[in-house]
Amino acid sequence: MNPEDLHYAASHEWVRVDGEIGTIGISDHAQKELGEIVYLELPEVGHAYNADEEFGTVESVKAVSELFTPVSGEVVEINKAAVAEPGIVNDDPYGDGWLIKVKLSTDEELKKLMTAERYAEYLKEEEKEK
Amino acid sequence: MSSSAEAVSLKRTPLYSLHRELGAKLIDFGGWEMPVQYQGILEEHRAVRERAGIFDVSHMGELELTGPSSLDSLQKLTPNDVGKLSDGRCHYSAFLTERGTFVDDLLVYRRSADSYLLVVNASNTPKDFAWAKERAGGAKVENRSDDYALLAVQGPKAAEITARVCASDPSDLPYYGFREIAVLGTPAIVSRTGYTGEDGFELYLSPDSAEKVFRALLEAGKPEGIQPCGLGARDTLRLEAKMALYGNDIDDTITPWEADLGWIVKMKKGDFVGRDALERQKAQGVPRRLVGFEMSDRGIARHGYAAQTEAGAGLVTSGTHSPTLGKPIGLALLPAAAAAVGSEFSVDIRGRQARARVVETPFYKRKKEVSA
Repeated sequence: MNPEDLHYAASHEWVRVDGEIGTIGISDHAQKELGEIVYLELPEVGHAYNADEEFGTVESVKAVSELFTPVSGEVVEINKAAVAEPGIVNDDPYGDGWLIKVKLSTDEELKKLMTAERYAEYLKEEEKEK
Repeated sequence: MSSSAEAVSLKRTPLYSLHRELGAKLIDFGGWEMPVQYQGILEEHRAVRERAGIFDVSHMGELELTGPSSLDSLQKLTPNDVGKLSDGRCHYSAFLTERGTFVDDLLVYRRSADSYLLVVNASNTPKDFAWAKERAGGAKVENRSDDYALLAVQGPKAAEITARVCASDPSDLPYYGFREIAVLGTPAIVSRTGYTGEDGFELYLSPDSAEKVFRALLEAGKPEGIQPCGLGARDTLRLEAKMALYGNDIDDTITPWEADLGWIVKMKKGDFVGRDALERQKAQGVPRRLVGFEMSDRGIARHGYAAQTEAGAGLVTSGTHSPTLGKPIGLALLPAAAAAVGSEFSVDIRGRQARARVVETPFYKRKKEVSA
Protein backbone atom coordinates (compact mmCIF):
# COMPACT_ATOMS: atom_id res chain seq x y z
CA MET A 1 0.00 0.00 0.00
CA ASN A 2 1.06 3.59 0.46
CA PRO A 3 4.55 3.78 2.00
CA GLU A 4 4.64 4.88 5.66
CA ASP A 5 7.61 7.23 5.28
CA LEU A 6 5.94 9.62 2.82
CA HIS A 7 3.88 12.77 3.30
CA TYR A 8 0.69 12.94 1.23
CA ALA A 9 -1.26 15.90 -0.18
CA ALA A 10 -5.03 16.11 -0.74
CA SER A 11 -4.31 16.55 -4.46
CA HIS A 12 -2.67 13.06 -4.40
CA GLU A 13 1.00 13.99 -4.61
CA TRP A 14 3.56 12.68 -2.11
CA VAL A 15 6.88 13.94 -0.73
CA ARG A 16 9.78 11.83 0.52
CA VAL A 17 12.22 13.83 2.63
CA ASP A 18 15.92 13.06 2.70
CA GLY A 19 17.82 15.81 4.50
CA GLU A 20 17.00 19.04 2.72
CA ILE A 21 15.85 17.31 -0.48
CA GLY A 22 12.21 16.46 -1.07
CA THR A 23 11.32 13.96 -3.80
CA ILE A 24 7.82 14.47 -5.22
CA GLY A 25 5.58 12.03 -7.07
CA ILE A 26 1.93 11.03 -7.41
CA SER A 27 0.18 8.38 -5.36
CA ASP A 28 -0.80 4.91 -6.48
CA HIS A 29 -4.43 6.02 -6.25
CA ALA A 30 -3.71 8.96 -8.58
CA GLN A 31 -1.99 6.83 -11.21
CA LYS A 32 -4.87 4.35 -11.12
CA GLU A 33 -7.46 7.07 -11.53
CA LEU A 34 -5.56 8.58 -14.46
CA GLY A 35 -5.02 5.30 -16.27
CA GLU A 36 -2.02 4.74 -18.51
CA ILE A 37 0.12 7.85 -18.47
CA VAL A 38 1.42 8.82 -21.91
CA TYR A 39 2.81 12.31 -21.35
CA LEU A 40 4.54 14.22 -18.59
CA GLU A 41 5.36 17.91 -18.54
CA LEU A 42 7.87 18.80 -15.83
CA PRO A 43 9.62 22.08 -14.99
CA GLU A 44 13.22 23.07 -15.63
CA VAL A 45 15.84 22.58 -12.97
CA GLY A 46 16.29 25.85 -11.07
CA HIS A 47 12.62 26.78 -11.08
CA ALA A 48 11.31 27.73 -7.61
CA TYR A 49 7.78 27.03 -6.40
CA ASN A 50 5.63 27.86 -3.43
CA ALA A 51 3.59 25.08 -1.85
CA ASP A 52 0.40 24.20 -3.75
CA GLU A 53 1.67 25.77 -6.95
CA GLU A 54 1.26 23.91 -10.25
CA PHE A 55 4.60 22.51 -11.39
CA GLY A 56 3.57 20.40 -14.35
CA THR A 57 0.97 18.19 -15.97
CA VAL A 58 0.41 14.51 -16.35
CA GLU A 59 -1.70 13.14 -19.19
CA SER A 60 -3.30 9.80 -19.80
CA VAL A 61 -4.86 8.89 -23.13
CA LYS A 62 -8.16 10.36 -21.95
CA ALA A 63 -7.35 13.20 -19.58
CA VAL A 64 -5.00 15.93 -18.41
CA SER A 65 -4.29 16.56 -14.72
CA GLU A 66 -2.27 19.32 -13.14
CA LEU A 67 0.54 18.50 -10.73
CA PHE A 68 0.84 20.56 -7.54
CA THR A 69 3.91 20.69 -5.37
CA PRO A 70 3.00 20.01 -1.74
CA VAL A 71 6.05 21.93 -0.51
CA SER A 72 8.00 25.08 -1.39
CA GLY A 73 11.45 24.80 -2.90
CA GLU A 74 13.74 24.96 -5.86
CA VAL A 75 13.78 22.14 -8.42
CA VAL A 76 17.17 20.40 -8.35
CA GLU A 77 16.40 17.40 -10.53
CA ILE A 78 13.63 16.08 -12.75
CA ASN A 79 13.02 12.44 -13.60
CA LYS A 80 14.08 12.38 -17.24
CA ALA A 81 13.50 8.63 -17.45
CA ALA A 82 9.83 9.18 -16.56
CA VAL A 83 9.50 11.96 -19.14
CA ALA A 84 10.87 9.61 -21.79
CA GLU A 85 8.84 6.63 -20.56
CA PRO A 86 5.81 7.95 -18.60
CA GLY A 87 4.48 4.41 -18.05
CA ILE A 88 7.07 4.15 -15.23
CA VAL A 89 4.78 6.38 -13.15
CA ASN A 90 2.02 3.77 -13.44
CA ASP A 91 4.34 0.86 -12.77
CA ASP A 92 6.20 2.28 -9.79
CA PRO A 93 4.63 5.54 -8.54
CA TYR A 94 6.59 5.51 -5.23
CA GLY A 95 9.91 4.42 -6.68
CA ASP A 96 11.26 4.83 -10.23
CA GLY A 97 8.16 6.85 -11.13
CA TRP A 98 9.07 9.86 -8.98
CA LEU A 99 8.70 13.24 -10.76
CA ILE A 100 10.92 15.99 -9.33
CA LYS A 101 13.34 16.66 -6.50
CA VAL A 102 13.28 20.02 -4.76
CA LYS A 103 15.54 21.70 -2.23
CA LEU A 104 13.06 22.33 0.59
CA SER A 105 12.63 25.96 1.71
CA THR A 106 11.26 24.87 5.08
CA ASP A 107 10.15 21.68 6.77
CA GLU A 108 7.20 23.47 8.41
CA GLU A 109 4.94 22.66 5.44
CA LEU A 110 5.35 18.93 5.96
CA LYS A 111 3.17 19.18 9.07
CA LYS A 112 0.18 20.12 6.94
CA LEU A 113 0.49 16.97 4.85
CA MET A 114 -1.07 13.59 5.64
CA THR A 115 0.51 10.43 6.97
CA ALA A 116 -0.03 7.20 5.02
CA GLU A 117 -2.71 6.20 7.51
CA ARG A 118 -4.54 9.52 7.28
CA TYR A 119 -4.27 9.47 3.47
CA ALA A 120 -5.85 5.98 3.37
CA GLU A 121 -8.80 7.36 5.40
CA TYR A 122 -8.98 10.37 3.13
CA LEU A 123 -9.25 8.10 0.07
CA LYS A 124 -12.11 6.21 1.73
CA GLU A 125 -13.96 9.47 2.43
CA GLU A 126 -13.39 10.60 -1.15
CA GLU A 127 -14.77 7.31 -2.43
CA LYS A 128 -17.93 7.72 -0.33
CA GLU A 129 -18.62 11.18 -1.71
CA LYS A 130 -18.80 9.81 -5.24
CA MET B 1 -9.69 14.51 -11.10
CA SER B 2 -13.22 14.03 -12.26
CA SER B 3 -15.86 12.38 -10.17
CA SER B 4 -18.62 10.20 -11.51
CA ALA B 5 -22.18 11.46 -11.75
CA GLU B 6 -24.09 8.45 -10.56
CA ALA B 7 -26.76 10.59 -8.93
CA VAL B 8 -28.11 11.46 -12.37
CA SER B 9 -30.03 8.53 -13.77
CA LEU B 10 -27.96 7.19 -16.63
CA LYS B 11 -29.21 4.76 -19.23
CA ARG B 12 -27.67 1.30 -19.19
CA THR B 13 -27.22 -1.28 -21.91
CA PRO B 14 -28.23 -4.94 -21.41
CA LEU B 15 -24.55 -5.63 -20.72
CA TYR B 16 -24.21 -3.33 -17.73
CA SER B 17 -23.83 -6.05 -15.10
CA LEU B 18 -21.38 -7.97 -17.27
CA HIS B 19 -19.24 -4.83 -17.61
CA ARG B 20 -19.15 -4.56 -13.81
CA GLU B 21 -18.26 -8.21 -13.52
CA LEU B 22 -15.39 -7.71 -16.00
CA GLY B 23 -14.08 -4.84 -13.91
CA ALA B 24 -14.84 -2.06 -16.38
CA LYS B 25 -14.43 1.58 -15.43
CA LEU B 26 -17.80 3.14 -16.25
CA ILE B 27 -18.42 6.73 -17.30
CA ASP B 28 -21.28 8.96 -18.36
CA PHE B 29 -21.17 9.03 -22.15
CA GLY B 30 -23.98 11.18 -23.56
CA GLY B 31 -26.36 10.07 -20.82
CA TRP B 32 -25.30 6.41 -20.96
CA GLU B 33 -23.30 4.59 -18.31
CA MET B 34 -20.70 2.96 -20.56
CA PRO B 35 -17.36 1.20 -20.09
CA VAL B 36 -14.47 3.53 -20.91
CA GLN B 37 -11.90 0.79 -20.28
CA TYR B 38 -11.39 -2.65 -18.78
CA GLN B 39 -7.66 -3.48 -18.72
CA GLY B 40 -6.42 -0.15 -20.03
CA ILE B 41 -6.85 1.87 -23.20
CA LEU B 42 -3.39 1.11 -24.62
CA GLU B 43 -3.73 -2.64 -24.13
CA GLU B 44 -7.26 -2.67 -25.58
CA HIS B 45 -6.14 -0.58 -28.53
CA ARG B 46 -3.26 -2.96 -29.22
CA ALA B 47 -5.57 -5.99 -28.98
CA VAL B 48 -7.76 -4.60 -31.77
CA ARG B 49 -4.82 -3.72 -34.01
CA GLU B 50 -3.07 -7.07 -33.52
CA ARG B 51 -5.75 -9.61 -32.54
CA ALA B 52 -9.38 -8.83 -31.72
CA GLY B 53 -11.48 -6.70 -29.42
CA ILE B 54 -15.14 -6.75 -28.50
CA PHE B 55 -17.11 -3.58 -27.77
CA ASP B 56 -20.59 -2.98 -26.38
CA VAL B 57 -22.02 -0.18 -28.51
CA SER B 58 -25.66 -0.85 -27.68
CA HIS B 59 -26.13 2.83 -26.90
CA MET B 60 -26.18 3.56 -30.64
CA GLY B 61 -29.64 4.42 -31.99
CA GLU B 62 -31.53 2.51 -34.68
CA LEU B 63 -34.27 4.08 -36.76
CA GLU B 64 -36.32 2.05 -39.18
CA LEU B 65 -37.81 3.41 -42.40
CA THR B 66 -40.41 1.26 -44.09
CA GLY B 67 -42.99 1.47 -46.83
CA PRO B 68 -43.02 1.79 -50.62
CA SER B 69 -41.76 5.40 -50.52
CA SER B 70 -38.77 4.61 -48.28
CA LEU B 71 -36.22 5.03 -51.06
CA ASP B 72 -37.61 8.40 -52.22
CA SER B 73 -37.78 9.53 -48.64
CA LEU B 74 -34.18 8.54 -47.83
CA GLN B 75 -32.93 10.19 -51.02
CA LYS B 76 -34.39 13.44 -49.67
CA LEU B 77 -33.21 12.88 -46.09
CA THR B 78 -29.59 11.94 -46.79
CA PRO B 79 -26.86 13.19 -49.15
CA ASN B 80 -25.44 9.82 -50.24
CA ASP B 81 -27.12 7.94 -53.13
CA VAL B 82 -29.40 5.36 -51.55
CA GLY B 83 -30.37 4.24 -55.07
CA LYS B 84 -26.93 2.65 -55.35
CA LEU B 85 -27.53 0.34 -52.38
CA SER B 86 -28.66 -3.21 -53.07
CA ASP B 87 -30.26 -5.51 -50.49
CA GLY B 88 -27.73 -6.46 -47.85
CA ARG B 89 -25.53 -3.40 -48.34
CA CYS B 90 -25.08 -0.31 -46.20
CA HIS B 91 -23.26 2.97 -46.59
CA TYR B 92 -22.04 5.93 -44.56
CA SER B 93 -24.18 9.04 -44.82
CA ALA B 94 -25.67 11.89 -42.80
CA PHE B 95 -28.66 14.03 -41.98
CA LEU B 96 -27.91 17.62 -42.94
CA THR B 97 -29.51 20.91 -41.98
CA GLU B 98 -30.78 23.35 -44.63
CA ARG B 99 -27.39 25.06 -44.14
CA GLY B 100 -25.68 21.87 -45.29
CA THR B 101 -24.25 21.17 -41.82
CA PHE B 102 -24.46 17.91 -39.88
CA VAL B 103 -27.55 16.99 -37.90
CA ASP B 104 -25.80 13.65 -37.45
CA ASP B 105 -23.65 11.12 -39.29
CA LEU B 106 -25.08 7.63 -39.73
CA LEU B 107 -25.16 4.32 -41.55
CA VAL B 108 -28.00 3.45 -43.94
CA TYR B 109 -28.74 -0.30 -44.26
CA ARG B 110 -30.93 -1.53 -47.12
CA ARG B 111 -32.74 -4.65 -45.87
CA SER B 112 -35.14 -4.69 -48.83
CA ALA B 113 -36.59 -2.23 -51.33
CA ASP B 114 -39.04 -0.95 -48.74
CA SER B 115 -37.17 -1.49 -45.46
CA TYR B 116 -34.12 0.43 -44.26
CA LEU B 117 -32.29 0.64 -40.96
CA LEU B 118 -30.48 3.83 -39.99
CA VAL B 119 -27.84 3.64 -37.26
CA VAL B 120 -27.29 6.97 -35.52
CA ASN B 121 -25.30 8.39 -32.62
CA ALA B 122 -26.74 7.58 -29.20
CA SER B 123 -27.14 11.11 -27.90
CA ASN B 124 -28.67 12.28 -31.20
CA THR B 125 -31.30 9.55 -31.42
CA PRO B 126 -34.33 11.56 -30.19
CA LYS B 127 -33.29 14.54 -32.35
CA ASP B 128 -32.71 12.38 -35.43
CA PHE B 129 -35.98 10.49 -34.95
CA ALA B 130 -37.98 13.72 -34.77
CA TRP B 131 -36.03 15.20 -37.68
CA ALA B 132 -36.60 12.17 -39.94
CA LYS B 133 -40.24 11.75 -38.97
CA GLU B 134 -41.01 15.35 -39.87
CA ARG B 135 -39.44 15.02 -43.33
CA ALA B 136 -40.08 11.39 -44.25
CA GLY B 137 -43.14 11.98 -46.44
CA GLY B 138 -45.00 8.71 -46.96
CA ALA B 139 -42.40 6.46 -45.33
CA LYS B 140 -43.01 5.14 -41.85
CA VAL B 141 -40.25 6.05 -39.36
CA GLU B 142 -39.86 4.16 -36.11
CA ASN B 143 -37.33 4.42 -33.33
CA ARG B 144 -36.23 0.83 -32.80
CA SER B 145 -33.27 1.64 -30.52
CA ASP B 146 -34.66 -0.37 -27.60
CA ASP B 147 -35.05 -3.44 -29.80
CA TYR B 148 -31.35 -3.79 -30.58
CA ALA B 149 -28.23 -4.42 -28.59
CA LEU B 150 -25.09 -3.85 -30.65
CA LEU B 151 -21.73 -5.57 -30.29
CA ALA B 152 -18.66 -4.80 -32.39
CA VAL B 153 -15.97 -7.45 -32.90
CA GLN B 154 -12.95 -5.77 -34.46
CA GLY B 155 -9.45 -6.74 -35.43
CA PRO B 156 -7.53 -9.03 -37.79
CA LYS B 157 -8.91 -12.11 -35.98
CA ALA B 158 -12.51 -10.81 -35.83
CA ALA B 159 -13.80 -12.85 -38.78
CA GLU B 160 -12.72 -16.26 -37.55
CA ILE B 161 -13.91 -15.56 -34.00
CA THR B 162 -17.29 -14.18 -35.09
CA ALA B 163 -17.84 -17.19 -37.34
CA ARG B 164 -17.73 -19.46 -34.27
CA VAL B 165 -20.96 -18.00 -32.82
CA CYS B 166 -22.81 -17.69 -36.15
CA ALA B 167 -25.07 -20.33 -37.70
CA SER B 168 -23.39 -19.62 -41.05
CA ASP B 169 -19.96 -18.15 -41.74
CA PRO B 170 -20.15 -14.37 -42.32
CA SER B 171 -16.58 -14.20 -43.69
CA ASP B 172 -17.77 -13.92 -47.28
CA LEU B 173 -19.54 -10.63 -46.54
CA PRO B 174 -17.91 -7.72 -48.36
CA TYR B 175 -16.93 -4.57 -46.48
CA TYR B 176 -20.21 -2.74 -45.74
CA GLY B 177 -22.23 -5.87 -46.52
CA PHE B 178 -24.59 -7.51 -44.03
CA ARG B 179 -27.14 -10.28 -43.67
CA GLU B 180 -29.43 -11.88 -41.16
CA ILE B 181 -27.70 -14.80 -39.48
CA ALA B 182 -28.72 -16.71 -36.36
CA VAL B 183 -26.21 -15.98 -33.60
CA LEU B 184 -26.37 -18.68 -30.92
CA GLY B 185 -29.79 -19.55 -32.26
CA THR B 186 -31.23 -16.03 -32.11
CA PRO B 187 -31.90 -13.99 -35.27
CA ALA B 188 -29.40 -11.15 -35.67
CA ILE B 189 -28.01 -8.78 -38.26
CA VAL B 190 -24.31 -9.37 -38.89
CA SER B 191 -22.62 -6.48 -40.67
CA ARG B 192 -19.03 -6.09 -41.87
CA THR B 193 -18.59 -2.60 -40.49
CA GLY B 194 -16.80 -0.87 -37.66
CA TYR B 195 -15.28 2.26 -36.23
CA THR B 196 -11.69 1.18 -35.69
CA GLY B 197 -9.94 1.03 -39.06
CA GLU B 198 -9.69 -2.76 -38.78
CA ASP B 199 -11.63 -5.59 -40.35
CA GLY B 200 -14.56 -6.62 -38.19
CA PHE B 201 -18.23 -7.13 -37.64
CA GLU B 202 -21.09 -5.43 -35.89
CA LEU B 203 -23.81 -7.67 -34.51
CA TYR B 204 -27.32 -6.28 -34.07
CA LEU B 205 -28.89 -8.52 -31.47
CA SER B 206 -32.04 -8.82 -29.42
CA PRO B 207 -31.29 -7.19 -26.04
CA ASP B 208 -31.97 -10.40 -24.12
CA SER B 209 -29.39 -12.36 -26.14
CA ALA B 210 -26.63 -9.74 -25.88
CA GLU B 211 -24.97 -10.95 -22.69
CA LYS B 212 -24.96 -14.56 -23.81
CA VAL B 213 -23.36 -13.58 -27.15
CA PHE B 214 -20.78 -11.29 -25.52
CA ARG B 215 -19.73 -14.11 -23.15
CA ALA B 216 -19.65 -16.63 -26.00
CA LEU B 217 -17.42 -14.35 -28.08
CA LEU B 218 -15.03 -13.84 -25.16
CA GLU B 219 -14.83 -17.62 -24.82
CA ALA B 220 -14.62 -18.32 -28.56
CA GLY B 221 -11.86 -15.74 -28.98
CA LYS B 222 -9.72 -16.91 -26.08
CA PRO B 223 -7.17 -18.71 -28.31
CA GLU B 224 -6.66 -15.47 -30.26
CA GLY B 225 -6.58 -13.32 -27.12
CA ILE B 226 -9.80 -11.39 -27.64
CA GLN B 227 -10.08 -8.40 -25.32
CA PRO B 228 -13.19 -6.55 -24.08
CA CYS B 229 -12.67 -2.92 -25.11
CA GLY B 230 -14.20 0.33 -23.89
CA LEU B 231 -15.01 3.67 -25.42
CA GLY B 232 -11.50 4.94 -24.64
CA ALA B 233 -9.89 2.54 -27.11
CA ARG B 234 -12.77 3.06 -29.53
CA ASP B 235 -11.85 6.76 -29.59
CA THR B 236 -8.10 6.28 -30.15
CA LEU B 237 -8.79 3.62 -32.81
CA ARG B 238 -11.26 5.74 -34.75
CA LEU B 239 -9.01 8.79 -34.55
CA GLU B 240 -6.02 6.91 -35.99
CA ALA B 241 -8.32 5.83 -38.84
CA LYS B 242 -9.54 9.45 -39.16
CA MET B 243 -13.18 8.58 -38.66
CA ALA B 244 -15.16 11.63 -37.55
CA LEU B 245 -16.84 11.80 -34.16
CA TYR B 246 -20.08 13.75 -33.95
CA GLY B 247 -19.83 16.40 -31.24
CA ASN B 248 -16.05 16.60 -31.66
CA ASP B 249 -15.12 16.84 -35.35
CA ILE B 250 -18.52 17.34 -36.91
CA ASP B 251 -21.69 19.07 -35.75
CA ASP B 252 -24.30 21.50 -37.04
CA THR B 253 -21.71 24.20 -37.73
CA ILE B 254 -19.68 22.21 -40.26
CA THR B 255 -20.47 20.91 -43.75
CA PRO B 256 -19.31 17.65 -45.40
CA TRP B 257 -17.05 19.71 -47.72
CA GLU B 258 -15.31 21.21 -44.69
CA ALA B 259 -15.16 17.87 -42.88
CA ASP B 260 -13.38 16.16 -45.81
CA LEU B 261 -16.48 13.98 -46.17
CA GLY B 262 -17.43 15.21 -49.63
CA TRP B 263 -17.54 11.59 -50.81
CA ILE B 264 -20.86 11.04 -49.00
CA VAL B 265 -22.44 13.89 -50.97
CA LYS B 266 -23.86 12.89 -54.37
CA MET B 267 -24.95 16.16 -55.97
CA LYS B 268 -26.12 14.44 -59.16
CA LYS B 269 -28.67 12.16 -57.52
CA GLY B 270 -31.31 14.90 -57.17
CA ASP B 271 -32.56 17.06 -54.34
CA PHE B 272 -31.87 16.43 -50.63
CA VAL B 273 -31.98 18.52 -47.49
CA GLY B 274 -28.95 20.81 -47.44
CA ARG B 275 -28.15 20.48 -51.13
CA ASP B 276 -28.63 24.15 -52.04
CA ALA B 277 -26.36 25.31 -49.25
CA LEU B 278 -23.69 22.77 -50.26
CA GLU B 279 -23.90 23.92 -53.87
CA ARG B 280 -23.46 27.53 -52.78
CA GLN B 281 -20.53 26.72 -50.53
CA LYS B 282 -18.83 24.79 -53.29
CA ALA B 283 -19.26 27.71 -55.71
CA GLN B 284 -18.05 30.28 -53.20
CA GLY B 285 -15.15 28.19 -51.94
CA VAL B 286 -14.92 26.04 -48.83
CA PRO B 287 -13.62 28.32 -46.06
CA ARG B 288 -12.28 25.71 -43.63
CA ARG B 289 -10.88 22.20 -43.77
CA LEU B 290 -10.74 19.39 -41.22
CA VAL B 291 -7.17 18.10 -41.34
CA GLY B 292 -4.97 15.66 -39.48
CA PHE B 293 -1.97 16.97 -37.58
CA GLU B 294 1.04 15.86 -35.60
CA MET B 295 2.91 17.87 -33.03
CA SER B 296 6.34 19.35 -33.78
CA ASP B 297 6.67 20.46 -30.15
CA ARG B 298 5.95 18.28 -27.15
CA GLY B 299 2.40 17.99 -25.81
CA ILE B 300 -1.03 16.64 -26.64
CA ALA B 301 -3.40 19.11 -28.32
CA ARG B 302 -6.91 18.15 -27.25
CA HIS B 303 -10.50 18.81 -28.28
CA GLY B 304 -11.41 22.50 -28.02
CA TYR B 305 -7.87 23.90 -27.89
CA ALA B 306 -7.39 27.04 -30.00
CA ALA B 307 -5.19 26.88 -33.10
CA GLN B 308 -3.50 29.79 -34.86
CA THR B 309 -2.43 29.71 -38.50
CA GLU B 310 -0.94 32.28 -40.87
CA ALA B 311 -4.41 32.55 -42.40
CA GLY B 312 -6.29 32.99 -39.14
CA ALA B 313 -7.73 31.11 -36.20
CA GLY B 314 -8.60 27.42 -36.14
CA LEU B 315 -9.71 24.82 -33.64
CA VAL B 316 -8.53 21.40 -32.50
CA THR B 317 -11.54 19.07 -32.78
CA SER B 318 -9.92 15.83 -31.55
CA GLY B 319 -6.54 15.05 -30.08
CA THR B 320 -4.94 12.18 -28.27
CA HIS B 321 -1.85 10.08 -27.86
CA SER B 322 -1.78 7.59 -30.75
CA PRO B 323 -1.02 4.19 -29.25
CA THR B 324 0.04 2.75 -32.64
CA LEU B 325 2.34 5.63 -33.61
CA GLY B 326 3.45 6.36 -30.06
CA LYS B 327 3.01 10.10 -30.48
CA PRO B 328 0.32 12.78 -30.25
CA ILE B 329 -2.08 13.13 -33.18
CA GLY B 330 -5.23 15.10 -33.77
CA LEU B 331 -7.75 16.68 -36.09
CA ALA B 332 -8.16 20.42 -36.50
CA LEU B 333 -10.48 22.68 -38.39
CA LEU B 334 -8.22 25.22 -40.11
CA PRO B 335 -8.73 28.06 -42.60
CA ALA B 336 -8.56 26.44 -46.06
CA ALA B 337 -5.56 28.59 -47.04
CA ALA B 338 -3.53 27.08 -44.19
CA ALA B 339 -4.73 23.49 -44.48
CA ALA B 340 -2.32 21.98 -47.01
CA VAL B 341 -0.23 19.00 -45.92
CA GLY B 342 3.01 20.31 -44.45
CA SER B 343 1.50 23.61 -43.24
CA GLU B 344 2.61 24.63 -39.77
CA PHE B 345 0.37 26.13 -37.12
CA SER B 346 0.38 26.60 -33.37
CA VAL B 347 -1.91 25.26 -30.68
CA ASP B 348 -2.52 26.85 -27.31
CA ILE B 349 -1.85 23.99 -24.88
CA ARG B 350 -3.02 25.44 -21.58
CA GLY B 351 -1.26 28.75 -22.18
CA ARG B 352 1.80 27.41 -23.98
CA GLN B 353 2.11 27.81 -27.78
CA ALA B 354 3.08 24.47 -29.28
CA ARG B 355 3.90 23.94 -32.96
CA ALA B 356 1.95 21.43 -35.02
CA ARG B 357 1.91 20.51 -38.70
CA VAL B 358 -0.72 19.20 -41.10
CA VAL B 359 -0.08 15.60 -42.18
CA GLU B 360 -1.57 13.06 -44.56
CA THR B 361 -4.44 11.00 -43.18
CA PRO B 362 -5.47 8.47 -42.11
CA PHE B 363 -2.78 8.22 -39.47
CA TYR B 364 -3.15 4.45 -39.57
CA LYS B 365 -4.18 2.22 -42.44
CA ARG B 366 -4.41 -1.53 -42.02
CA LYS B 367 -2.38 -3.73 -44.31
CA LYS B 368 -4.62 -5.41 -46.82
CA GLU B 369 -4.25 -9.14 -46.52
CA VAL B 370 -3.90 -11.19 -49.66
CA SER B 371 -7.28 -12.82 -50.01
CA ALA B 372 -7.38 -16.56 -50.28
